[in-house]
Amino acid sequence: MENVGLLYIAAALLIGLGALGTAIGFGLLGGKFLESAARQPELAPQLQVKMFIVAGLIDAIAMIGVAMGLYILFVVVG
Amino acid sequence: MSAAAELTSQEYIKHHLTNLSVGEGFWSFHIDTIGWSVFLGLVFISIFRSVANKATAGVPGKLQCAVEMVVEFVNHSVTSTFHGKNPLIAPLALTIFVWVLLMNAMDWVPVDLIPWIFAQMGVGYMKAVPTTDINMTLGLAVGVFILIVYYSIKVKGVSGFMKELTTQPFGHWSLYPVNFILEVVTLLARPLSLALRLFGNIYAGELIFLLIATLGFFQLPAHFIWAAFHLLVIPLQAFIFMMLTIVYLSLAHEDH
Repeated sequence: MENVGLLYIAAALLIGLGALGTAIGFGLLGGKFLESAARQPELAPQLQVKMFIVAGLIDAIAMIGVAMGLYILFVVVG
Repeated sequence: MSAAAELTSQEYIKHHLTNLSVGEGFWSFHIDTIGWSVFLGLVFISIFRSVANKATAGVPGKLQCAVEMVVEFVNHSVTSTFHGKNPLIAPLALTIFVWVLLMNAMDWVPVDLIPWIFAQMGVGYMKAVPTTDINMTLGLAVGVFILIVYYSIKVKGVSGFMKELTTQPFGHWSLYPVNFILEVVTLLARPLSLALRLFGNIYAGELIFLLIATLGFFQLPAHFIWAAFHLLVIPLQAFIFMMLTIVYLSLAHEDH
């Protein structure tokens, strides 16, 4: 097929930009969690559960991007 | 794989990403997804039912302990998050959590083992992890969506539901159409994001297992490392699906 190069760049952008946003988001999330756990250690288990919930939400769009990117790489490009 | 010719790694990966389907176009059924999901559902129900029937108030056995831990965990999540009155929510949450967990856990079975066993029996394609099929996750999400709409209308009435969709977030009557569009998009985005989040995570995990499998001799350490990494994702995605279902249904039950 023609222009396979553009498809590779598309997959790279999908995965890379998703990873960028997710990394910053997780950094902020983890930092806030550590701060609040240091302030009130007795709340740490509850906060940890909530942290994982928010982590799953942040992860979602990036993972969708990764799945689409890998699909493009392996099924569309052939 | 096949005895005939050497597969290139691309063909190997594509072969393992293809579902066993019957019929064509819109009416194609993915038999492997349907079969494995029904089988795992039956495993879940039969184990929990047999433990419930033999439950003893004395010293419990290990299986009863495990089942009790799961039920208590789901109960705790539901009571802390759901602010309505509905006897359906806790069993629904338990079903979603354990079923999705079992389906995701099929990802831990070595990636070539089940397709190889089925190939010996003459079946060409077999994907053993049902949640890597977008149809499965969308089916679960559509079920949750129907419940959200049903309970919204049941608790608030059709007029109350419509009022909620048109008066948030802007208060002025001339902006009601804008509100409606925004609220409908939010409402549709919830089940769609549920489905795509679960699909994306597990599909990417399986695809990386397949990629590692094409490495040849050096796959074993890499498989272990990725499987250890995946140890967190599999229960976490099941837990997130359950929590978000509970949260959305709790929002549907809100009556101001």
